[in-house]
Amino acid sequence: MIEREVDAVVIGAGPAGLAAACAMKEQGVDPVLLERDHILGGILPQCIHPGFGLIHFKEELTGPEFVQRFIDRANELDVERMLDTMVMDIAREDDGRIRVTAVNPKMGEVALVAKAVVLGMGCRERTRHNITIPGTRPAGVYTAGTAQRLINVEGLMPGKEVVVLGSGDIGLIMARRFTLEGAKVKMVCEIQPYLCGLTRNRVQCLVDYDIPLHLGTTIIDVHGKDRVEGVTIAEVGPGWKPVPGTEEYVPCDCVVVSVGLIPENELSNKLGIETDPMTTGPRVTEDMATSVPGVYAAGNVLLVNDLVDYVSQQAITAGEAAARYVKEGAPAGKVTEVTCGAGCRLIVPQRVTRDKDVSFLLRVTEPMENAVLHVPELGKKKKLGRAVPGEMEKLRLKQADLAKAGGTITIVVEEGGE
Amino acid sequence: MGTTRIVIVGGGIVGCAIARELSRYQDLDITVLEREAEIGMGVSKANTAIIHAGFDDDPDKAPVKAALCARGNELWHTLVDELEIPCIWPGSLVVATDDDQVPTVETLMARAERNNVPGCELWDADVLRTKEPSLGEGARLALFAPTAGVISPFDAVFALMENAQANGARLVTGAEVTAVRFGNEKEVETPAGTFDFDILINAAGLYADTVSHLAGITDFNIGARKGEYLLFDKALGPLTNHIVFPAPSKMGKGILVTFTAEGHTMIGPNAQDIPDKDDFATTAPGIDEVYNGARKLVPKLYPRGQCIRTFAGVRPEPSTGDFIIRSYDGLPSFINAAGIRSPGLASAPAIAERVASLLIDQGVELNPSADFIPERKAIPRFSEMDAVERDAIIRESPAYGRVVCRCETVTEAEVVQAIRRGATTLDGVKLRTRAGMGRCQSGFCSFRVLDILARELGVPRDSITKRGGASLMTIGGTKDLRRDDR
Repeated sequence: MIEREVDAVVIGAGPAGLAAACAMKEQGVDPVLLERDHILGGILPQCIHPGFGLIHFKEELTGPEFVQRFIDRANELDVERMLDTMVMDIAREDDGRIRVTAVNPKMGEVALVAKAVVLGMGCRERTRHNITIPGTRPAGVYTAGTAQRLINVEGLMPGKEVVVLGSGDIGLIMARRFTLEGAKVKMVCEIQPYLCGLTRNRVQCLVDYDIPLHLGTTIIDVHGKDRVEGVTIAEVGPGWKPVPGTEEYVPCDCVVVSVGLIPENELSNKLGIETDPMTTGPRVTEDMATSVPGVYAAGNVLLVNDLVDYVSQQAITAGEAAARYVKEGAPAGKVTEVTCGAGCRLIVPQRVTRDKDVSFLLRVTEPMENAVLHVPELGKKKKLGRAVPGEMEKLRLKQADLAKAGGTITIVVEEGGE
Repeated sequence: MGTTRIVIVGGGIVGCAIARELSRYQDLDITVLEREAEIGMGVSKANTAIIHAGFDDDPDKAPVKAALCARGNELWHTLVDELEIPCIWPGSLVVATDDDQVPTVETLMARAERNNVPGCELWDADVLRTKEPSLGEGARLALFAPTAGVISPFDAVFALMENAQANGARLVTGAEVTAVRFGNEKEVETPAGTFDFDILINAAGLYADTVSHLAGITDFNIGARKGEYLLFDKALGPLTNHIVFPAPSKMGKGILVTFTAEGHTMIGPNAQDIPDKDDFATTAPGIDEVYNGARKLVPKLYPRGQCIRTFAGVRPEPSTGDFIIRSYDGLPSFINAAGIRSPGLASAPAIAERVASLLIDQGVELNPSADFIPERKAIPRFSEMDAVERDAIIRESPAYGRVVCRCETVTEAEVVQAIRRGATTLDGVKLRTRAGMGRCQSGFCSFRVLDILARELGVPRDSITKRGGASLMTIGGTKDLRRDDR
């Protein structure tokens, strides 16, 4: 069994882990990057559509192109990595260091004892079972990400007559992808009365290909014994209950479920990291520091981001902060808790120190036409304009304002009127 | 006397238990016919997974069930060790949640004594508060049965069959019996061929009436009763210390709160009589009924969103109300092991014993074979190893270092072994290894398992099915549909 003492460990070599590892290395700290797949890049190698990098690189890239830039940078910096490596356990030692144990086929069991850890495990997809879509359980029901993997990486078609459930970005992108491969996408159903993904994806993935979007509609039954033969859809009323009389049978051989992502925090939980029930990820400071000293988190393990550009930015912050922690230890500073008030569904970071400007990402609870954001404790207001839950809002608070804050600030978003 | 050819119809828990039991003896040529691509895919796959203690059935009304359950329970205690089947023995509680149910529980206590169920006790509200604090305030009295357990029913089927095969039995899948002929040439017809027999044993589960009718015995029918279940994330752990039943009603044992041998909390089943034996669909009202029913017993149930799988099982309901395990005077080559409803899983080893004794009654000599191997080794589970064991097994077999299913920590080596032991489908791999049984429900591992299946079986990837038949995972390669357009 191999055991090593290292500066830092980064778990996951998707966009978050890669950016964090590069940022650390640039600060003179040597991380070991652990990845369960046999290649670097996380989910991005299968995301062959464009739309990545507009913020971070100021140009439009595909997923593989976007992540390749970080892979190239990691290669330039000679970031140590272990592929095909699954983390089995993570625990805090008595001296405060973090012990990460992992396995891979070449080395067997490996224990890395690190001064700092960046969590970049990403997220997984919510399944039909999490939202209890009833019916049979035949072949041909896939989550959008699995369908994407089959088509874009494995070169296999999950089906040819498709109903997509969920108007999140992956659902919309897969509706287009199936169409491009010659499949018929019959419709995208969305239980919410509004689109959940980015507006640009509605235009580029549905409108451009004449794929109908049914808002306020869900799948209430799946039919077929061996393969999917059809679904029953229905409009939903209050409490998301199907409205009697609106049921419609739609023949299809494939159901693509895109009903949300869940941050993968099984390892965070092993460390006893404090999590936020709204993001379901760790509660972090503006440094992306979790409640366990020396442990940082970035990307979709933290919260489900709209854009990979945000993931990279969080990861660079986390990597730099973890490097500082390795060199200098934990920063001191008074902490202010950031809480969601009315109209604000979630916000990251959830706690701030008061010694620098801080950028926040937040989601509203429901669509608003003229949204106004308030921070009552600081007497601050910001016009957001049109705000929808599917698109994150940004907020930046200045150090001078934060310095005035007490123990808590509240973020309230409401319809502004005129 | 020469070899006696035994054909067993049905590769579920009962057929496999019979095959394993008979494989102890010399001069028996045993063939199990299974209609599906994999064994254990019918009633045995979707049930409460409980090895009941044996007090449920009234010996005056259902003497066979009443006799065989406690005996089966006793046999399982040995079998699970011999065959390395995942199983735990937390004991069960039948809980009276109001005064009206108290006499029912007291009746069960009396019956436990009559059915020779060992160690049962009545626990009052005070004891329950300590021993099973998950119960609501209404819990008045409960029957505690220490011998009740939870088994992995899939592993049980595979283990019994693997052990039977190691002792010479043969399995044929895709072999639905379409005709039975007695006479000079006794034979059954199936799509997989015609099989000669001296004794035909019918263990066809939901379809045991169909097979019996083909054999000319038509004095019973098998109805279908559907039950729906919810399974929760393993990370949440068991919600209760025991298997917790409500006081029983006419429709069965009721909606219970239990956990799997691996520690997933499971609730269900409801009970609905259905016309179609293949109707495994879950329903919105059914799932609500199960969730609300379980909450009556254990108020602090996990949230619905933490449910990782909903499923339905179909139980066979014999028109006789009891197991039908017998031979027939006019038909000496035929034995029914039919109508095996709950507690069929618990009773299976005892059913097998009774079938063996019926063979003796029919003049078959059962002489124990000196070569019989009672033990079967399970596929070593990586997820259950400690660091030292993991390191050692990866050095011996590097494919143990490649985790295929991240939720259940199943490695490539385990998937390959499952395929070498007979898995040909995704469900076959899943039920043997747990790959795909976790919280992501195979989102991350399905395409990996599909790849390994195609590689190991030497077949194209687009021919791999979920569970045989027409259940193809994919419909072909990308661009194929575009080619079809031209």
